[in-house]
Amino acid sequence: MSTATTELDHDDHHHHAPSGIKRWLFTTNHKDIGTLYLWFAFIMFLTGGAMAMVIRAELFQPGLQIVDPNFFNQMTTVHGLIMVFGAVMPAFTGLANWLVPMMIGAPDMALPRMNNWSFWILPMAFTILLASLFMEGGGPAFGWTFYAPLSTTYSNDTTALFVFSVHIMGISSIMGAINVIVTIFNMRAPGMTWMKMPLFVWTWLITAFLLIAVMPVLAGAVTMVLTDKFFGTSFFNAAGGGDPVMFQHIFWFFGHPEVYIMILPAFGIISAIVPTFSRKKLFGYASMVYATTSIALLSFIVWAHHMFTTGMPVGAELFFMFATMLISVPTGVKVFNWVATMWRGSLSFEVPMLFALAFIVLFTIGGLSGLMLAITPVDFQYHDTYFVVAHFHYVLVTGAIFSIMAAVYYWLPKWTGKMFDVTLAKWHFWCSLISVNVLFFPMHFVGLAGMPRRIPDYALQFADFNKWISLGGFAFGLSQLIFLALLIKACRKHGEPVSDQVWEGAEGLEWEIPSPAPYHTFDTPPVIK
Amino acid sequence: MTEGSNNSQSNNGKLVLKLVAVVIGMFGFAFALVPLYEVFCQVTGINGKTSDTAAIYESIEVDHSRMITIEFITRTNTGMPWEFKAQTRKVEVYPGEMNQVDFYVKNNTHKDYVAQAVPSVSPGTAALYMNKTECFCFNNQPLAAGEEAIMPMKFYVDPQLPKDIKFFTLQYTLYDVTASAEGVAMNQG
Ligand code: HEM
Ligand SMILES: [Cu+2]
Repeated sequence: MSTATTELDHDDHHHHAPSGIKRWLFTTNHKDIGTLYLWFAFIMFLTGGAMAMVIRAELFQPGLQIVDPNFFNQMTTVHGLIMVFGAVMPAFTGLANWLVPMMIGAPDMALPRMNNWSFWILPMAFTILLASLFMEGGGPAFGWTFYAPLSTTYSNDTTALFVFSVHIMGISSIMGAINVIVTIFNMRAPGMTWMKMPLFVWTWLITAFLLIAVMPVLAGAVTMVLTDKFFGTSFFNAAGGGDPVMFQHIFWFFGHPEVYIMILPAFGIISAIVPTFSRKKLFGYASMVYATTSIALLSFIVWAHHMFTTGMPVGAELFFMFATMLISVPTGVKVFNWVATMWRGSLSFEVPMLFALAFIVLFTIGGLSGLMLAITPVDFQYHDTYFVVAHFHYVLVTGAIFSIMAAVYYWLPKWTGKMFDVTLAKWHFWCSLISVNVLFFPMHFVGLAGMPRRIPDYALQFADFNKWISLGGFAFGLSQLIFLALLIKACRKHGEPVSDQVWEGAEGLEWEIPSPAPYHTFDTPPVIK
Repeated sequence: MTEGSNNSQSNNGKLVLKLVAVVIGMFGFAFALVPLYEVFCQVTGINGKTSDTAAIYESIEVDHSRMITIEFITRTNTGMPWEFKAQTRKVEVYPGEMNQVDFYVKNNTHKDYVAQAVPSVSPGTAALYMNKTECFCFNNQPLAAGEEAIMPMKFYVDPQLPKDIKFFTLQYTLYDVTASAEGVAMNQG
């Protein structure tokens, strides 16, 4: 019955897709929107990357040489904002758009028109944010964490634009999250029970719940900054009875779940790729689901590990220390499950698997430095140094971003119907792998030695390491141009045609449909075994 | 058959409404965190804020078995050009006994200013036991250009003060609230 329904529906809604710009502006097709999200994320990745190049050029040598400190601060701030809200999150949303319907046997996302909106307001948000850089006084310079009073008392008037753009980004990701939840709840093909859902779908479902829980809190925080700055309220202003430390509590109540928003979908991706290239079932599927859920729940009670040095009472320091350490248990479960999946598998090392393996090793390094930071007394030494920068770049660049690259390589042949240029891809992988470690590993050392983050100058003894870090940074930046070239080639449909299954050993609904994936899939729900 | 799709549409609608309710609720929660934070800090005294209303001194038994050392620190916030000092830098008191410390302020500029002093006690838990019966920090303080003043602060330490606290610091920071003081009476302690 439902078969006929969806087919009827289809003839009504989607006639022939209009061509040219209109196709992209008005599209409600989940694959089109997924593509838009992914390209947008990639452009933002390059934009934010260009800013990182400015930062590393300035830090190549001690002393102030290339940019003035205020501009440097704008670069660190906007780099962070763009990478978090413009690159990583939209890339995951793009993958969800492409993959969630195909993985659960649905013809499209549940709310296709909203889907169009949630994408198209994103470029607006980032245009506003980037435009503020060119205005009088410059863009935001208070760090991506926009601590009060830096963002209230000491910021300039373009802060209003910052607030506005964060609001739009928030609305976009909330709409995206609602869409994912409704799709997964209501559109699963008959027989696709909860515990048959691929882990990517599971992790995204939980991510979507985190998003609707904490993005509104971020919206609240920026709104309070706005009213404190422009309308005379005193949420964070001590003279008026407010408390600047409260800003940090509100921000990190959003901020810590946010970091899991940026890593849970990655866990789903790795859990899809590792079994394929090990030619085994994923080890411990159910434990993966429970681990993801418990990470998500625990992520609400660890926020103050970002605030150990704000003068909290000892009891609170201990609580947040132990809660933080607790959260690495389910994270560890996942790593063990991936390793156990590979154990005695017949492994092969195609490009997606290379990225997945790099993810497992390097993300774990980031997790371990996180554990070090979670130890309250030592965090007093590490806090606000490059050690923290090393930590979150291991989990975000070699974690989240490597997983996104792994995902793109894994599913790209399904999207285009052609195998990507494997030689270029291998170059991309090895250049990225080496340079990313030259870039981020020495940051641990300069951090332990006391080099503060977000400062355009540094003491002489850090000069050698920083030179290496900058060189690694430039190399990593250039390596991404290989990826750009590869993607352009892939979109022009160069390459050998691939089979429907693409990868020997790949399992799941998306590998049962033709390659390239037709514009409309699962108009008739598939039969789930 | 179309019924099926209507059904799923209305299912979607219901779920979307619930999710939107969560979103609105969490937006409200962000603002609810503000009073929650205040209450939490007041009850536990962990942010070192003393009460912003005057305590009433009922004759209580003075605990002569121990002495508490209290140090006073004064500072002016960036951009606040007044002179601000405690007349006594350090006192030793018995818990339960009334004390007075005077603070000296002078507006050295050619402009009228309104100031607000914000207290902070360290360690924070001591704030709960620092009872002020009179304090310049309960109100904002206007000073005309060139004017000076002595501002009194009367207090007693609650004898319930935990035994392990033998020493604490009370810091006042003076903020310039001239701009916002017009009309609005500040009542911050
Ligand atoms: C084993 C798990 C983890 C632990 C124990 C952990 C612990 C910590 C701690 C204690 C800090 C605060 C350091 C400081 O400022 O002094 C921190 C910072 C940070 N962590 Fe983690 N972390 C973990 C995993 C992650 C993951 C998975 C992500 C993101 C994908 C992440 C992203 C960040 C970011 C972005 C910051 C810095 C925020 C800022 O100040 O700008 N962490 N982590
Ligand atoms: Cu955190």
